[in-house]
Amino acid sequence: MRKTCLESVYKLAKRNKRVIFIGSDLGPGVLSEFKKKIPKRFIMEGVSEQAIVGMAAGLALEGYVPYVNTIATFLTRRCFEQIVIDLCLHDLPVKLIGNGGGLVYAPLGPTHQAIEDISILRTLPNMTILAPCDANEMKNLVDATLKWPHPTYIRLARGGDQIITKKNTKFIIGKSVIIKQPKDCLFLTTGTTTQIALSAAKKLEDEKNIKCGVIHFPSIKPLDSKALLKWIKKVKKIITVEENVLSGGFGSSILEFCSENLKDHLHKISMIGLKDEFVDDYGDQNSLLNKYNINQLTLYKKMLSLVKKK
Amino acid sequence: MNKLLNKKALKIKLDHRSKYLRQIIVRSLIGGGRGHMGSAMSLVEILRVLYDDFIKINPKKPKNENRDRLILSKGHGCLALYSILADKGFFPKKLLDRTSKIGSILGGHPEQKVPGIEVSTGALGHGLPIAVGMALAAKLKKKKHKIYVIVGDGEINEGSVWEAALYSSKHNLSNLKIFIDYNKIQSYGFTKEVVDLEPLNDKWKSFGFDVSEINGHNIEQLRRNIIQFNKKKINKPSVTICHTIKGKGFYFAENNPNWHHKNNFTKKEIDDLNRCLQ
Repeated sequence: MRKTCLESVYKLAKRNKRVIFIGSDLGPGVLSEFKKKIPKRFIMEGVSEQAIVGMAAGLALEGYVPYVNTIATFLTRRCFEQIVIDLCLHDLPVKLIGNGGGLVYAPLGPTHQAIEDISILRTLPNMTILAPCDANEMKNLVDATLKWPHPTYIRLARGGDQIITKKNTKFIIGKSVIIKQPKDCLFLTTGTTTQIALSAAKKLEDEKNIKCGVIHFPSIKPLDSKALLKWIKKVKKIITVEENVLSGGFGSSILEFCSENLKDHLHKISMIGLKDEFVDDYGDQNSLLNKYNINQLTLYKKMLSLVKKK
Repeated sequence: MNKLLNKKALKIKLDHRSKYLRQIIVRSLIGGGRGHMGSAMSLVEILRVLYDDFIKINPKKPKNENRDRLILSKGHGCLALYSILADKGFFPKKLLDRTSKIGSILGGHPEQKVPGIEVSTGALGHGLPIAVGMALAAKLKKKKHKIYVIVGDGEINEGSVWEAALYSSKHNLSNLKIFIDYNKIQSYGFTKEVVDLEPLNDKWKSFGFDVSEINGHNIEQLRRNIIQFNKKKINKPSVTICHTIKGKGFYFAENNPNWHHKNNFTKKEIDDLNRCLQ
């Protein structure tokens, strides 16, 4: 997914002279062709997220569309004030590409696990938050960001994720995608939790004949309120799923929306995500997802028990 | 630190224009009932010389692509910037009477919505990185305009300033000029006691800058310094350490940390503020 994302930025840069790439001490050889072919718009800086985000703001004020890339925790925690003031207050079209959203950097410990990036960025006016579920969607998403006039955070997942979206679908910021048609119940998902929810939904149908839908929200902010208004009313039970802490994250945004617009349906909604604690273990992403009960079996069991309760 | 320059900065007598610009600042201080008085008074001459003699910007077309850019990174000194911008006709002077009041466009820190203000600042350490982006953009577009940034001495405690300094040199930003308003007092007290910046000149030199040091209230020195900057054909960014006096022009406020920010003015204080400028 990361490779697709960066290659898509390079393609954008080839066709649009306003596109500029800024990396923060990325791995050797990243986008080497970009560097070779368009050296003036390929900038590799050091380990200095605050200055880089400010610099991107300066470039954006002068008409450029900077794509800034580094590890998600560094790009959201270290330079939060620069994101708030330089990008969001000025409402500039700077794109932040965060590598390793969620538990991707599992073996590297809590300094590298971006488990609250969605929550902290969601509080910022003018900010857009995108979390695609596979490489197909990522490619279409990057194309859509070029003309989007607001600061945008793109949350990258692990890479090599199972492809579940169609190849040349136009990505519309603020729109959700129906991955599996809802009937009895529904998973609302974002990022690569969509794959997990889809496999749980299939298991529910195969083993219990429960028609469970999956609606994927690659756009966490702005939220697809139209889809929420339509589908939340139609199903009996809903679980939101995210690889982020529950406080202030994707599920919270759904609850906030419902408390404003669908008060009578709030009782239907449960949330699955990470607890209010730092991750204190290593392993790989899947082993941590299992440890924190964000997997097919937990989603299956939780939905089953909710549906059975009636 | 150049002690001689500091003493001279204290002694320098303000001319009519410098007093006039300070009168406008006092107007907004009293109108708003508060403000960073000391921090504004130390940078009046830097702004005056830039806007009177060098910065190419049309108040009627403040967004013209070829304008010179100025970022007041020490946003708390904004009353001085409001003063010169109002004087140049970017907005009516009567707006100053409601500085920081509800419904005003002029706040306690400058915002981009005000005509002539390039960037909203206030949190320290943001202006220089943004200026680096602007200077880089100008180079990429082969534009001739200059990027000026004014930073405070307390402000350069921020790590982001030094990060941006590294990139200013890396990209040979010869179109970038920093002025340090070195009034030697930050919020808590004297910079020497809070965190000593010396040897400041050497620090900037070691970061690859063309460094100069002047009396920041001396109009001729400021003019010569900027002429030099425009003339010099060196492939590096430039910084001018301006030795200034916090609260300059007001004997009770000069070098007095209590006048860094002031509110709840007494009648006597208002009288004193006005009397000093007569």
